[in-house]
Amino acid sequence: MSAVIESHHDDDHHHGPDKGLMRWVLTTNHKDIGTLYLWFSFSMFLIGGCMALVIRAELFQPGLQLVVPEFFNQMTTMHGLIMVFGAVMPAFVGLANWLVPMMIGAPDMALPRMNNYSFWILPFAFAMLLSTLFMEGGAPNFGWTFYAPLSTEYAPPSVTFFIFAVHLMGISSIMGSINVVVTILNLRAPGMRLMDMPLFVWTWLITAYLLIAVMPVLAGVVTMMLMDIHFGTAFFNAGGGGDPVLFQHVFWFFGHPEVYIMILPAFGVVSAIIPTFARKKLFGYDSMVYATASIAFLSFIVWAHHMFTVGMPIAGELYFMYATMLIAVPTGVKVFNWVATMWQGSMTFETPMLFAIAFVILFTIGGLSGLMLAIVPADFQYHDTYFVVAHFHYVLVPGSIFSIMAAAYYWLPKWTGNMYDETLGKTHFWLSFVGVNVTFFPQHFIGLAGMPRRYPDYALQFADWNMVSSVGAFIFGFSQLLFLFIVIKCVMGGKKATDEVWDGAEGLEWTIASPAPYHTFSTPPALPERAMA
Amino acid sequence: MAADQNIQSKMTLKLLGVVVGMFVFGFALVPLYEVYCQVTGANGKTAGPYTASATLEVDKDRWVTVQFLANNNANMPWEFRPTVRTMKVQPGQAYSTVFFASNPSRQTMMAQAIPSVAPFHAAEYFHKTECFCFEQQELARGERIEMPLKFIIDPHLPASVETLTLSYTLFDITQVADSTVTEPPVS
Repeated sequence: MSAVIESHHDDDHHHGPDKGLMRWVLTTNHKDIGTLYLWFSFSMFLIGGCMALVIRAELFQPGLQLVVPEFFNQMTTMHGLIMVFGAVMPAFVGLANWLVPMMIGAPDMALPRMNNYSFWILPFAFAMLLSTLFMEGGAPNFGWTFYAPLSTEYAPPSVTFFIFAVHLMGISSIMGSINVVVTILNLRAPGMRLMDMPLFVWTWLITAYLLIAVMPVLAGVVTMMLMDIHFGTAFFNAGGGGDPVLFQHVFWFFGHPEVYIMILPAFGVVSAIIPTFARKKLFGYDSMVYATASIAFLSFIVWAHHMFTVGMPIAGELYFMYATMLIAVPTGVKVFNWVATMWQGSMTFETPMLFAIAFVILFTIGGLSGLMLAIVPADFQYHDTYFVVAHFHYVLVPGSIFSIMAAAYYWLPKWTGNMYDETLGKTHFWLSFVGVNVTFFPQHFIGLAGMPRRYPDYALQFADWNMVSSVGAFIFGFSQLLFLFIVIKCVMGGKKATDEVWDGAEGLEWTIASPAPYHTFSTPPALPERAMA
Repeated sequence: MAADQNIQSKMTLKLLGVVVGMFVFGFALVPLYEVYCQVTGANGKTAGPYTASATLEVDKDRWVTVQFLANNNANMPWEFRPTVRTMKVQPGQAYSTVFFASNPSRQTMMAQAIPSVAPFHAAEYFHKTECFCFEQQELARGERIEMPLKFIIDPHLPASVETLTLSYTLFDITQVADSTVTEPPVS
């Protein structure tokens, strides 16, 4: 049961934020920290996006035109690391900071000082990671999965900085997720049961547990690398009695839950947006919660499907194949529920809804290509080809990132008090939608035709689709500048938003003023008669 | 209020405990993996020196082909090869062969050979009574060596296996050997 807060009066009650730069450095306010996370994430998104454009520009034509292969490898590696750890994960933590307290009627996060630390570690971590680009020997060039011994014996000297950067990101994520768990379990408004919580809160609760469970394993695996590199151990060095395949097992034991860490909060966002614009209650709330929990559980027992080609016993391959396919069941439940929510709803298509619907369609495409990859004999063909690239970009870009954009449009009026420009928002959506599909759909074809990933050059028969893909990437990339413009314009001013903002929206965050006051729910709200779900 | 703080700190500490536990678990995966592979033979690694518990009966009716492969790990300059590439053997019978290695570099080097058997589920039936892979090799510049391997194929080898491949990869451990490795890996 929930821990009931009788009254939560701050002793040092101040009415607004401090002035100046130190407000942001010292802040313990969940809204400020949420804003910091979101801007940080967006700047990383642009940096990682520029790296993606370097990659796509080089692949525009066969042959080597723009960059040397060594630099190309650094770009693929850094693009992956920055997008995963710098863009997607902090964006969701930022959304959690802004929304979780407002959705559960809490005055702030449970551990505000730690909240400040978990954000301010990140700029240092990424400054360190990005500084490797200017070091002798260059940045990490072994792929974002950093398989040993490529990332130990054969790595550039900057790998040590990479390892410490990963440690810092891990500490940041762990602190952030402990904060989320403690907040959700202790600070819910009196009378709000777990099964009354909005799905975004539910998905984040489960995501936080995943983070707490697997980020330490990631820290462990990079520590082993550090010891192999500097202290003469041989965890992954076969010559010293270690085993490179062990690296892949430990890495993917972290890595597979990690991909769900990047998608579960997205499920929560979409489950908030679709009911609003379909003007219907979310279909199957309970099954959504159980499906999320099942996906989280299954994510721990399927890791080796990333490594079918290392040479596994056939029994192992069969097990991991079937366990992986099992994930399609709870995921299918979710997709079904979203579609059923829209069924016979009075739908309108504002920008957040457009992104949410695109999410449902395109994420499903990415999920289905994932099922193809789960088939062991097929995976032997697809492994490390552009088909894999197409698959995980379909679940991450029009999956996670579209949901983040949907969330930004959906809650921006609440955050800023102003409506965003709907025409520009829709333009941004259509440019992104077309751009994403033109970029990644052709990669299915060149992958099936056998083009391997992570190469700066390719055989001539792949030329046409690569050119199409690069054109799409530039459309998608530059249309994000429009997003930046829309957000800044909305922050600066615009049509005033009502408190409820969207006429079908439900949830405690729509009961407070727009823009959300600096302190909300200093006294816990009385819940509406009907349970929110 | 104070009670709430108490509940929160308790929960925070518990969650931190989980974090520490999972960090340790990450390291525990190393021995767990080792044990798992020993039990299942999943990574094709062969066991240490074989001492027969009972004399194996020679299966006079069955012939199995054993292939030998020798590879150098990246940047390993030694010449390394089997003197015989394939042998027809009978399960239960002891055989011996030699591998050849020479150090063409300009300095004394240490090497370690790591064996692997394919198909990997046959690894546990490949018994080595003597193998150069049980110890490290040190060769001065220009030195050559013939390295012995004595083995017995277990008569319980599954009938489906007609060919076994024993592959060695030779690693340069000159630098590591100076500092840390005191005993060769059991593999």
